[in-house]
Order: sequence, then C-alpha cells, then structure tokens
Amino acid sequence: MTDARGSGGGGGRVAGVPAVRHHILTVLVENKAGVLARVAGLFSRRGYNIFSLAVAPTDDDRFSRLTIVVDVESAPLEQIVQQLDKLVNVVTISELAPSDAVQRELLLATVEAEPAARSQVIQLVGVFGGEVLDVGATRLTVMLAGPPDKLDGFEGLLETYEVVDLQRTGLVALPKIDREPPPRRRLSAVASAPVQVPAPTAG
Amino acid sequence: MQLTGAQALIKSLEMQGVEVMFGLPGGAILPVYDPILDSSIRHVLVRHEQGAGHMAEGYALATGRPGVAIVTSGPGATNIVTALSNAYMDSTPLVVVTGQVPTAAIGTDAFQECDITGVTMGITKHNWLVQSAQDIPDVVASAFHIATTGRPGPVLIDVPKDVSFAPMEWYWPDTLDLPGYRVPGPPGRGEIDAALALIAAAERPVIYAGGGLLKARAAEVLRAFAERTGFPVVTTLMARGVFPDSHPQCLGMPGMHGNYTAVTAMQRADLLIALGARFDDRVTGRVDAFAPDAKILHVDIDRAELHKVRHADVAIAGDCKVVIDALMRAAAPALRRADSVLASAWWEELRRTQREFPLHYEPADGPPVKPQMVVETLRDLSPEDTIVASGVGQHQMWASQYWRFDHPYTWVNSGGAGTMGFAVPAAIGAKVGRPDRTVWAIDGDGCFQMTAQELVTAAAERIPIKVAILNNAYLGMVRQWQEMFYGERYSEVYLSPDLPDYVKWAEAMGAVGIRAESPDEVAPAIEKANAIDDRPVVVDFRTDAFEKVYPMVPAGASNDDIVLHPAHDGRVR
Repeated sequence: MTDARGSGGGGGRVAGVPAVRHHILTVLVENKAGVLARVAGLFSRRGYNIFSLAVAPTDDDRFSRLTIVVDVESAPLEQIVQQLDKLVNVVTISELAPSDAVQRELLLATVEAEPAARSQVIQLVGVFGGEVLDVGATRLTVMLAGPPDKLDGFEGLLETYEVVDLQRTGLVALPKIDREPPPRRRLSAVASAPVQVPAPTAG
Repeated sequence: MQLTGAQALIKSLEMQGVEVMFGLPGGAILPVYDPILDSSIRHVLVRHEQGAGHMAEGYALATGRPGVAIVTSGPGATNIVTALSNAYMDSTPLVVVTGQVPTAAIGTDAFQECDITGVTMGITKHNWLVQSAQDIPDVVASAFHIATTGRPGPVLIDVPKDVSFAPMEWYWPDTLDLPGYRVPGPPGRGEIDAALALIAAAERPVIYAGGGLLKARAAEVLRAFAERTGFPVVTTLMARGVFPDSHPQCLGMPGMHGNYTAVTAMQRADLLIALGARFDDRVTGRVDAFAPDAKILHVDIDRAELHKVRHADVAIAGDCKVVIDALMRAAAPALRRADSVLASAWWEELRRTQREFPLHYEPADGPPVKPQMVVETLRDLSPEDTIVASGVGQHQMWASQYWRFDHPYTWVNSGGAGTMGFAVPAAIGAKVGRPDRTVWAIDGDGCFQMTAQELVTAAAERIPIKVAILNNAYLGMVRQWQEMFYGERYSEVYLSPDLPDYVKWAEAMGAVGIRAESPDEVAPAIEKANAIDDRPVVVDFRTDAFEKVYPMVPAGASNDDIVLHPAHDGRVR
C-alpha cells in the first residue's frame, strides 16, 4: 500500500509494511549515559513496538536525535508520545507524517556474484544509484541510500542473487522545509527554561 | 570551600530542608555515613532496607514533604526496590540515595555490585548514577525538584564510593539544567469554558476524587467546589480523607470493595468529574461497562493519564488545585445551583440507596471478634485526627470502609502496588513526621509478619506507634477469593493464630503486647494501647476467619454485578 499523499523523497510506506501502522517520531534527547536504555525500556515495559530506531548526536553535542518508527497498532500514538515525554532526558518529540518528511535509510549488502553475475549486480546498483564498496573474488559489497520503499525494491531484486549479509540502518527523517501549513506537528513543548532552585525549606 | 563528595551530599540534603532520613549503612555508602555524625539531620537506623523505603513513604504521605532513605549498594539497594515500586505507583515523593562500588569497579561484577539505576529505571521518576563529586549539589537539587513537582514520585541517586571520597568545590545551584522536564501550567480559558459547559449540563454528576488532590494539597478547594455545586463526591482508596466522610455530600469509597452507593452512583452518572484520579482497574471494574452514560471531565497533572483508560470529553492537564480554583473563579451560573442540585431527583436516589444498602456486617456476642467491629471501636476510641496506616488485604479494605476519614493526610496505605507489609514501617515514618498525632497501623497477620522487625527500630528510636493486628490466621483476601471463586479449595493460605505468638513477639522487640479474643476485650485493649505513649504497642485481635469483605465487584466483572453482603441479597434489582 502506498500513501497517496507521498511520493519520491516523501516516502509513502515504510519497509514493506502498510504505512498506516507506522508513524515516525523524531525525538531530541539529552546526550547522556543510559538515555537510549530509558527510551527502549519504556517501549518494552509498556508493550509498544519499535519498528526501527536510529540514533546519533546532533550538531549540538549536548543532544542526540532518535528517529523511531513505531507500530501504532500496539498502542495509540498519543499515549506513546505522552509517556515518552515524561522521560526527563527527552527534550522534544515531533511526529512526522511520511508525506511531510524527507526520509532516508542506508542499506549495505554482501552478494555472492561469480564473475559472470558480477556485471549484472553492478548494473543493478548503478540503476538504483548505489555504490559498490568492496570487491572480492566471488563477492561484492554494495550500498544504497534512499527512501525505505526504494530500498525495499532494491532488496527484492538483489534476492535474485545470493545475499550473504544484509544490514539496514533504520529510518532517519527530517520535516520538509517548504510545506504550508508547517509540516511539523510538535507534540511536546519546547525545551523548558532553566528551573529556579527554590530557597531551602525550613525543617 | 572544599568538601568531599560525601560531605557535599549531606550538606545538599540539609540545603533541601531534610530533617530525617531512614537508612542502614554498608560498605559502599560508608563514606556518606561519616558526615551524618556532624549533621543536623536525624538518621533512623532500620532493620531492613525495605523498612527504610516504606518509612520514607509513610513520612511523605503524612507530611507532604519528600521522604529520604539511604542504603548501601547491591542487596541494600535491591531491598529498597519494593518501596520504590510502591512509591512510583502511588506517586509518593521519595529521594533514595544508594551507595555504589567505585567507578573503576563498575561492570566487573565487584562485591555488592548491582546496576541499581538499571533495575529501577522503570519504577523511578528519574535516577542518576553520579559520575563526579562536583555534580552532587546539582544532582540533589534536581532530584528534589523532580520528586516533588508535577506528578510526584520516587527518584534514586546512586553514588559510587570513589565519588563520595573525591574532593569537590562546594556550591549550591541557582538554576537547574533540565531541558526535558516540564510541568503543566495553568489551564486555558477554553478548557475552563468547556469544563463549565459539561458541569452546567449535568443531571447526575459525580465528583470522582483521586489521590492527585492530596498531592496538590487541594482538599480545601475541593470542598469549596463541592459545596458550591452540590455535587456528590466519591473518594478513591488513594483519596480517603481529602473530602470528609462525615460531610453530607460524601459517598465514600468506590471500586472493587466500595460501598453500594459510591459504586452505583458512578455507574448511573451522566458526568464524572475525575480530579487527580486515573481510572484504575480497581475502580472501573470492566472498563467497557464502566459508567456507560457518563461524559468525562478529567483533570490530571500527568498528561499521559488523560485518555489512557477512558476517553475524556474534556481533558485538562494541570494541577488540581489550580484548575479547581480557575473553575471557581470563572463563576459561571453552572457553579451556583447547589440548592437545586441537592434537592434533585439524583440526590434523592442517592440518599435512598445509602439508606437501603449501607455497609453491613453481623455483630458477634462472643469470640471470635468481628474485624469490622475492631475498626469501628478503634475509630471511636482514638483521637479524630489519628493517622491510620494499613497493609494490603481484607484489613485494608475494612480500615478504609469503617474508619471515618475527616482529615487529609490521615490515611497511609499502599494502593497501586498492593505491597503487603507496608503498614508497620509506614506507620513509623508517619509518626516520625507527625509526632503530635496518634498513629495506628491496622494490619493483617500475614502482612505483619513481613516487616514487623521494624518494631525494634520503633522501640530503639522511641517512636511510639500502635499496631492492631486483625489476626484471622489466614492470608484473608486470598482465602476470600478461594472461597468465592475457587470452589472453597484453600491452597496455602492458613497461617495459624498462635504461631508466632504476637504478644511475645511484641515484648521481645521492646513493645507492649496485648491480646483481645472476645468482643468485650476489644475496647479495654484499645484504651490501654492509647494510654501508652513511650513505646510501641501491638494488639493481637483474634478475628473471625470466615468474615469476607463486602460489597465486592469480582475481578474483571462489570460494576453493575456488585455482590452485596448476604443480608442484602435479593434486595437489589
């Protein structure tokens, strides 16, 4: 199923599963030890399903950004967002509709390709705009970055050959910048101002 | 000024106004125990770390101030996990400090090492593994801020031994850097108008008062709001005392063992005003059959509670006191019709069910004693503002049903987690916080055996609590379920009335032990206990093992299927 609103970089579906089940949350967190465990633990103990998760520091090294693709059949999105928002290290949460987001994912695959098949694989990689990263006597390691549905198509065609190893990164996404109204549905307030410490209480 | 991390920790607790902490030392926390000798903070030495946690909870529930506990690493820390879980479920502000093995040893399976921040991640509002002594004032100030604001809850600070020893330059933070921590502000005009519209349209309203009102210290504004609207009020197990039981608009406790009027009022309501309540399964019964005709106005400081269990027609994230104040200030006509509401068919119906289906038990002339009669006699012979602590089970339900709670912060109990063994240590904590009050623990014999070693703490520290054991020689609530739902097949629930000998147990632990076996011994035993004020007292009431808690909504059933005392059977519907 393809989201009628989406096309190209806007994605449409996420990795082979109907888009309606999936929502993309981009979560800005404090870059502190254990934060990923807090987020993962919350999903686990409340029975929410994570479809994919990508995490890395942002341009501001105090913060990291998580892109979480959640399966909303496991719980209403609003409840997931509100529980996530209660984590002290979670700064902001934004939901991105696939049609309003620029999405990318990276795929690496090592393929068994005898010399006879090698040129076919290289050609396929070329058609999709990927790269060959490593070449052995009988194997190739290739890379493709793109929206998840493009990776799905590429992965399907690769299966014509013997895939030895395959790794996808999970989705990362940012809101499109040219949409009206603003595409970003901010579900939690902006980072709070520093808290004033109250004067010590007596007894 | 240069301090060690340990000195900075104790000084930070002093800066937060901590007057008492409950704890037990051990290897990894040893450096922190040294500056305690020089501190103004009282330390209560417990006999088991779970007791330290429950004492801190009892202190917090009775005083409204955060409870503080301090324990060592490994087993010391894991022993307090039950209390953290309990406090998390009941939104009780706690600050727990644990020792940790030195930083260099973390991850090596060192002696008494345990990843306590990992263990408690899901049962604390937040926790910290302190990395540097210089961070300590900042972490402590953040910990108290998070524990006590918004929806309160327990926090844990894990301090490695080398961090306690390390030098730091003392400071006290002016601001806290918590970019992800937010508390809801005042409600918007639109939310208040929408709420008032629901209130104005209601014919069969019920105020569903929850524990959040106590956390918001909203008892006075709740009373003003109730009196101005004329609406009936049910008080959940967590909210007992927030609205006086003796008030004519109080319907008492709803839920699985709620009284008939409170339960059925919610079922027939066309508007539930849920204030700091979370539609817990013990209140709603089967959710899809709960209050089927009611619109919901839900106020809670925790946004995640709104729409979680039941969709709210109007949901307001905010502090209950602030929101009720805003409703009152809006002064819409909806809030000015108490007389007509009190004269309505709705109140007439409620008064009728109150008359027809009061709480009921059959009094007994001889032994064994009826447990309900013990609670009633305790209530009548003790000061009106007595603080009552309880464990979990039949005795807890009878305490909630038959005590008359007319003051906030007089009921100290384990609600969400249902922690057996809560009563004795929680009563000790409450008494430490409110030494001016009489504190009775109403306990079961099963619960008592779990934590009663803390009577030694109470005796040694001169904390004169009183414990009423409703001794029916059974794990009574489990026995009741086996009788009603498992064909009277009693599996592993018999405890014996005489093993242990509770009077000797009390005496061995420095408390006074009293036994009451027949109804005529009940009042004299209570009067004797109430006269003792220099040591703990334990009264062993030999109660009727066959007595069951009524009414009862069976687990998973609709509240419409409420089971009444057999004396009322056949009179319903």
